[in-house]
Amino acid sequence: MSIPWTRKDLLALQDLSKEELKLILQTADSFKEVSTRPIKKVPALRGKTVVNLFFEASTRTRNSFEVAAKRLSADTMNVAIQLSSVTKGESLIDTAKNLEALKVDIVIVRHSVSGAPYLLSRALKASVINAGDGSHEHPTQGLLDIFTIKEHKGKIEGVKVAIVGDIAHSRVARSDIWGLTKLGAKVTVVGPQTLIPSQIEKMGVQVTNKLEEALAEADVVQMLRIQMERQEANLFPSIREYGMLFGLNAEKLKKARPDVLIMHPGPINRGIELTSEVADGKNSVILEQVTNGIAVRMAVLFLVSGAQHILVEEVS
Amino acid sequence: MNAKKTVILDAKEMERAIVRMTHEILEKNKDISQLVIVGIKTRGEFIAKRIARTIYELEKAEVKIGSLDITLHRDDLDKRKIVPVVQKTEIPFEIGDKNLVLVDDVLFSGRSVRAALDELIDFGRPARIQLAVLIDRGHRELPIRADFVGKNIPTALEEEVLVRMKEVDPEDEVLVVKK
Repeated sequence: MSIPWTRKDLLALQDLSKEELKLILQTADSFKEVSTRPIKKVPALRGKTVVNLFFEASTRTRNSFEVAAKRLSADTMNVAIQLSSVTKGESLIDTAKNLEALKVDIVIVRHSVSGAPYLLSRALKASVINAGDGSHEHPTQGLLDIFTIKEHKGKIEGVKVAIVGDIAHSRVARSDIWGLTKLGAKVTVVGPQTLIPSQIEKMGVQVTNKLEEALAEADVVQMLRIQMERQEANLFPSIREYGMLFGLNAEKLKKARPDVLIMHPGPINRGIELTSEVADGKNSVILEQVTNGIAVRMAVLFLVSGAQHILVEEVS
Repeated sequence: MNAKKTVILDAKEMERAIVRMTHEILEKNKDISQLVIVGIKTRGEFIAKRIARTIYELEKAEVKIGSLDITLHRDDLDKRKIVPVVQKTEIPFEIGDKNLVLVDDVLFSGRSVRAALDELIDFGRPARIQLAVLIDRGHRELPIRADFVGKNIPTALEEEVLVRMKEVDPEDEVLVVKK
């Protein structure tokens, strides 16, 4: 029998045990079926209030959480707060106190500062789910990536995954790495040396600057979005050169395994990380990632919500 | 740990009860083509499969079987001591206009059946839903009753009725445990 879930928050995959990761994946598998029903709703979170607190712009993740919450019958609220001094802890605590006064049950937070969700989780009795904090983690993205891989490959252990792109600034890469290595995958990060954090081998990954090298062996390739701001910071000579060396096109794909999975957290810079041919090709599971995101987020919402009242019981 | 266990049904008696229930189901549902069976996980699903297998042996007809995980429709999610594990509901067929037989191992308060009915309605509109249970132990808290019963066992509230099935337990049997 699996271990019970006891966390009221989901802040990072780094904090989770292998068993906890497996429980989320198993729960997500059960929730995936709900979205195939004629009535895509279950009453599990009826009467609960879920707030999207996004300090950084996002449509994809925010919409995904909103759909997931609504399919659980929760009430959703979107708060777009423009605070001028988000880097100062004080503003965040003020925000927390205001939310507490609204008696919300779950807060989904995206913030440009790494660690911000931890501050909220300590200040709130409500559950806090990290939807991306700085370059630290994006746990639900990591989970849906792992879920997608498991659906196709049947397992994670021993699966060879290449993560390609701006590793240094990517919270998606970090969550992927934590989750995948805990479950026994073999992860290689690929990119120009300027975009690879030093000593990343300590996370249990291999490093290469040659895409072709990683492609030959990989079962899964996760392409990360390259941000234009990085070129302005002179981290690589030009977008064109980046695309030539680290972008994936049909020619390069021929050197990979025929059953390789091509993934991307989105949004895609067509023609840079991926050509349209590859993004829309038979190896691409990019749209499945989006569908699986709903199931994974439903699972996370359900689990953290369930753990809340347990902790309250123990305290009283 | 001084629980007193009484065996109410042994393996043979359990088999006979399931076979008899299957005959009753067939009596009440003459048109097998319109019959579908849905078991409430976990042991209701196993009983449903045994019923379907018996129907095949008797009539050489294959009846569609589905399984229902009712965790998300429970009315006590906020009161549970641990976060329950959600298993997969699998109803890979249309239930609209069908005669659906819902199967569970033990009928007690009736709340599991209520949850199952709420979940089923989201899948379609059956012509009728009938309830088959291996054991009816009384103490209903909702107005729910079974159409087909393996055995009626009057019990005290403090007692526990445990159905054991070969699929997941060492052997087939039904126990009443007095704490």
